[in-house]
Amino acid sequence: MLRLALKMLFGDHAKYLMLISGITFATLLMTQGAALFCGIMSWTYSPLRNIRADIWVADPQVSQVNDSKPMRDIELQRVRSVDGVAWASELYQGGNQARMLEGGFKFVTVVGLDPTTLAGAPTEITEGRLDDLRLPNSVILDEFGVSLFSDLIGRPIKVGDAFEINDKEARLVAICKSQRSFTGAPFVFTTYDRVTAYSPGQRKQLSFILAEPVAGKSAEEVARQIERETGLKAFTQSELLWSTVIWFIKNTGIPINIGLIVFIGLVVGIAISGQTFYSFLLENSRNLAALKAMGASNATLCAMVVLQSLAVGFIGLGIGLGLVSMMGRLVLRLNKVPFLMLWQIPVAAAVAVLFICTLAALLGIVRIVRLEPAAVFR
Amino acid sequence: MNSTPTFAVRTKDVAKSFHDGVAETPVLRGTQFDARLGEMMLLVGPSGCGKTTLLSIIAGTLAADAGEIEVMGQRIDQMSTAAVTKFRSTQLGFIFQQFNLIPTISVAENVSVPLLIAGMSSRKAEDRARELLTRVGLGDRANTRPGRLSGGQQQRVAIARALVHNPPLIICDEPTSALDSENGRQVMEILRSIAGDPGRCVVIVTHDNRTYRFADRMAEMEDGVIQRVLNSPAEIAEAYGAAVVH
Ligand SMILES: Nc1ncnc2c1ncn2[C@@H]1O[C@H](COP(=O)(O)OP(=O)(O)OP(=O)(O)O)[C@@H](O)[C@H]1O
Ligand SMILES: [Mg+2]
Repeated sequence: MLRLALKMLFGDHAKYLMLISGITFATLLMTQGAALFCGIMSWTYSPLRNIRADIWVADPQVSQVNDSKPMRDIELQRVRSVDGVAWASELYQGGNQARMLEGGFKFVTVVGLDPTTLAGAPTEITEGRLDDLRLPNSVILDEFGVSLFSDLIGRPIKVGDAFEINDKEARLVAICKSQRSFTGAPFVFTTYDRVTAYSPGQRKQLSFILAEPVAGKSAEEVARQIERETGLKAFTQSELLWSTVIWFIKNTGIPINIGLIVFIGLVVGIAISGQTFYSFLLENSRNLAALKAMGASNATLCAMVVLQSLAVGFIGLGIGLGLVSMMGRLVLRLNKVPFLMLWQIPVAAAVAVLFICTLAALLGIVRIVRLEPAAVFR
Repeated sequence: MNSTPTFAVRTKDVAKSFHDGVAETPVLRGTQFDARLGEMMLLVGPSGCGKTTLLSIIAGTLAADAGEIEVMGQRIDQMSTAAVTKFRSTQLGFIFQQFNLIPTISVAENVSVPLLIAGMSSRKAEDRARELLTRVGLGDRANTRPGRLSGGQQQRVAIARALVHNPPLIICDEPTSALDSENGRQVMEILRSIAGDPGRCVVIVTHDNRTYRFADRMAEMEDGVIQRVLNSPAEIAEAYGAAVVH
């Protein structure tokens, strides 16, 4: 009977296509929206990905990684002296304008690293050498910045080229990979002492202190210790990540709007597939009544309907996820659209589709149980 | 028939009303009906008199409000819904006016449905279905979809389906009224040959007086009660002037 159920389903090509595309579309909307959401969120905490450190110390008022409430330079020493801190380095992070020698400018995020340790330096250098950052007036630019600047001046920019930040020369010594920032400003890495030249008029410029726990202590333990001893705010990487994400959810409309897209995807998915499945059942109700009259039990008929809806659900889900991952691949190559497919997203989509199918199957089951087999004689 | 007839169907004082909001319409009012093994029994009467209702009650697809319903020696009015459903799957074959074949599966698969319901494997069931299709003259159309067949052919498929699991009681509601006279005649001839089997009984609800000449007996219904039973082809012929073959 179950094979018969599948044949009944697949035999109705038009309905079957409608059902599959309904689920596919719903899957697409939901996962696409969710990946967009996660993508945007990943933009918000991109400094955390581009500047690697276990512990981030900041002014107590700071609650997210793009925020900057400069601290006094003396705080670095205080953090260094906290028990359990292996090392601590200064970090500047701020927005500046990069001006091309050929004219035209772009906003960039300038990151000033500790000149001796270069702690927090980009991990993936694709061209040039990280150590050249110790040369005078040198900077590292991320690949995204390279493409932006190249577009701006109409020729590819490469290692050895120079531009200006705040009328001071910035010579490109290396190119790195980075994760795009929320504002779309590329990352420019330089040393902390040079930041003074690039951004004058700021007496205090210590945005964060990066630190690492000594072996045998967890980042969390040490972060709490730093907070107790210095009165500053200390985050582990994941604490700052979540704090950032939550800050953006609370303080901007973007997450809500995208959440809405995901929700609409779900509703549309439920509506389309529920509706199509229901009309499939309606058209089939005469057949189901005939089967019931011929002695098929409610349990058998229900199993048939459940199988039909699950078959539709999983095929639609599969196609939908396939399409999304194809789209994602295309979109990621552009590096301009946020897209982050966490493993949780397809799992959640599967749960949602399962929910839709269960709903459709329930509709069917209610119909079957209520169905009078005598209806076939009419 | 000298020996005591074995009843395939026997009903006593069957009552059934339909509730339409507040209004209650009595349809069957103490209906007595019987059909014997080895015969073709017709149930005739004006439209709306309750024929289909009675047939549904005999088939166990509709519950009566009162009365006794005995089918193949069993009181189905005393069975649970699940038990009646199971009972139907082994004891009854159905032939409907609208054929009720599943359009998206092949003719052979349609015929095998009662066997699948009984739990037979689909390969065995389809082999048996093909045998039956050959018997109704459609052996070469087994893999076709029902929609490709003429009305008469579809009804023959439905007959094959009704017979495939060898049920003793075949129940037909207006089996010929969607068919032209030639196809109707073919269908009736097949049903006639089934009714010749002493272990089988064919009950047919019909409007179509072209079918009368095939019947062994006939019950006339009016307003929810059986008014008269014609107990032989001769009596039917006398009443309706139909020439009776067989
Ligand atoms: N499910 C139902 N709900 C309400 N009324 C019904 C229902 N089924 C049948 N009836 C009514 O019961 C009466 C008898 O119906 P039934 O179908 O048994 O007649 P019939 O003799 O088969 O008629 P026909 O020859 O037109 O098929 C009709 O008046 C019909 O309207
Ligand atoms: Mg009727």
